[in-house]
Amino acid sequence: MGTFQIDFGDSAKPDRIIGIDLGTTNSLAAFMDLTGPAIIPTAEGGRIVPSIVSLLENGSIVAGEPARARLTTHPGTTLYSTKRFMDQAATGLPLGGRTITPPEAGAHILLALKNNAEAFFGEEVTKAVVTVPAYFNDAQRQATKDAGRIAGLDILRLVNEPTAAALAYGLDKRKQGTIAVYDFGGGTFDISILKLQDGIFEVLATNGDTHLGGDDIDQLLVAIALEDMGGHCENPERLRQAIIAAKEQLSFQLTATIEVDGYQRAIDREQFNHLINPIVERTVGPCVQCLKDAKLTAQDIDEVVLVGGSTRIPLVRGTVEHLFRAKPHTELNPDEVVALGAAVQAGILSGEVKDTLLLDVTPLSLGIETMGGVVSKLIHRNSTIPASETEQFTTAVDGQKNVLIHVLQGEREIVKDCRSLARFELKDIDPVSAGLARIEVKFLIDANGILNVSAKDLRTGKEQSVEVKPSYGLTDEQVEAMILSSLVNAEADIRERQVREARVEADRIIAALESAKLNEAWANLPADDKQAIHLAHNELLLAYHSDDHRLIHTYMEKLDKASLTLAENMMNTAVRGALKGTKI
Amino acid sequence: MDYYRVLGLDPKLQLDLNELQQLFYARSRQLHPDRFARAEASVRDAALIESSLLNDAYRTLRDPLARAEYILKENGFDIGLQGTKDVPPELLEEVFDLNMALEELKAGDESARPQLSAARDNFEAMLAKSSAELDGLFAEYDQHPGPEPLKPIRALLNRRRYIQNLLRDVHGYLSN
Repeated sequence: MGTFQIDFGDSAKPDRIIGIDLGTTNSLAAFMDLTGPAIIPTAEGGRIVPSIVSLLENGSIVAGEPARARLTTHPGTTLYSTKRFMDQAATGLPLGGRTITPPEAGAHILLALKNNAEAFFGEEVTKAVVTVPAYFNDAQRQATKDAGRIAGLDILRLVNEPTAAALAYGLDKRKQGTIAVYDFGGGTFDISILKLQDGIFEVLATNGDTHLGGDDIDQLLVAIALEDMGGHCENPERLRQAIIAAKEQLSFQLTATIEVDGYQRAIDREQFNHLINPIVERTVGPCVQCLKDAKLTAQDIDEVVLVGGSTRIPLVRGTVEHLFRAKPHTELNPDEVVALGAAVQAGILSGEVKDTLLLDVTPLSLGIETMGGVVSKLIHRNSTIPASETEQFTTAVDGQKNVLIHVLQGEREIVKDCRSLARFELKDIDPVSAGLARIEVKFLIDANGILNVSAKDLRTGKEQSVEVKPSYGLTDEQVEAMILSSLVNAEADIRERQVREARVEADRIIAALESAKLNEAWANLPADDKQAIHLAHNELLLAYHSDDHRLIHTYMEKLDKASLTLAENMMNTAVRGALKGTKI
Repeated sequence: MDYYRVLGLDPKLQLDLNELQQLFYARSRQLHPDRFARAEASVRDAALIESSLLNDAYRTLRDPLARAEYILKENGFDIGLQGTKDVPPELLEEVFDLNMALEELKAGDESARPQLSAARDNFEAMLAKSSAELDGLFAEYDQHPGPEPLKPIRALLNRRRYIQNLLRDVHGYLSN
């Protein structure tokens, strides 16, 4: 390997970064192809990994299509839409006899996507850009990052879903303009307004509801059908599936029939619209507020982009058209556009995509608790991130060594109306008289929308230690303990990966050998050396199909040794060629 | 004056907003963390700090009032909530009339409503006028930078803040 690497070795290629849409209902992965973003196929040959996890009888957990197949057969040990609980990251969801936290469920889905990508590329994939709803708060974002860590995936960036969609749409489309992205998915609703100018996507404002989506429509219709059935249903999961099928049909036809286990009911689009109107109306308020925050009116919006499966519903499209007085874009598949945008962002991070830059905002104001349970705002919503603010703290009593800072997120004035994020404890403050300590605390929201807190003692100039106690999320130690590679079945995964990697390397060496045979040095090689190379080559091909990576490595080394003379001769030929000024 | 430095600007109070935006975009292309995703941790940290400073700077400087407050603070003026409770003397009469109307409305006298609307219009006109006044003061400071021309700016900002608080109350009562 060493010798061929000198001659032909691929230059250190940076790790691949994939884009992932970790959705409430479905998840997808994409990558930057030579022509643009493209979806990575799944193990089953499809494009979508259902965001579903299922506990098997042997105690292991499967995700994606195999889990979806168990929804109706094993409803007690199968979970869907777990993303809706990301704001309660430390709370276990019941799964069979055990529980699973929302980040762990997310990790199993990420792992399925990661495995698909590795099978597709034939190499290990460890880095990703993952999308989140724009209106996700700090805790939900942190929980998503934790899911990545549990899955062994380094999430380089969290990107907001509507912004990702704009990236997928906006490439080369227009030099400047104002775009509204209306993203109504399975579990969440987002509205973002962006200004596009010469490749810069500047988000002006964002709003939304992280508990509003197609799931709410399903639940409403299930409740009505259940009432119809006299409150009893043999298999509620089959009923839900029948409802979803009817809902989807009503996007294309004027009537549909809900049919399940002897129950039958026809529904037409007018009835359907009437039933779901209150849910769709809940998206209007955030849109109006978003326009107001962007200091714009509907007339200022040049283009509207629709994202998410629920935007296929005619009533939703009509609502958007009426709201923005513009015909929305639907050219790209609303289920895929977010993943494609995530791949574009991955390309921006890797440097493949130049001239495009995303300037996103924080969706919620960040504040700290002050006297009397009042929230003092530090960083206002819709501030471009990264954003920061510093605040000075002091002690209230003589010799006080610790100060507790309660950080909240939300728009209201009173602590109890905002969402508690975490308590940060400044520790080991120099014991001095009350009011004398001067601790400067820096609150910084990074490009992922996640809060970082650091502190400095202004009297000593020393870095001040800060301990974080998340209000709802997992602690570092809890995440550590959940990491999937520590599970028993990980051992088989590692072995499989080692074999895969060894084969990739063997492929490279065999290819290098083939091209070496075209070199003048091969023609001049003594017959004995040629014979030895042929033998080693054949042995490597035999070892190639074993499932022992050590065997493959052994024969790679043997081939390497056999071709030492060839490699040296080629090097000499190359040097001679260089001296003559000709290229090999 | 870190906010001006990070944008490569002279510390002036009068700024061209279009030019400011173009500068912000150009600097973002250089400093945004996306540009350093593959760099080592210390470089990434530095980019994070610098780009947050850039964003904070743009957010502050594009708003004339926040910009003036920043310059005041950097020049050692206390810009806290000072002076917002004391009625600026030139407003005494208007504020007295307004409070009367508010009391009447609170007591259920709906006839005070038109008077309140008139007061609102009056205060809004004052705000608009003070914006023009502020422009003149900004120009003066840019010609002769120093603490002296900042004093009338601080006084004007305090008066504006007082009027804004009043207006918020009036809007609240009128919409109830």
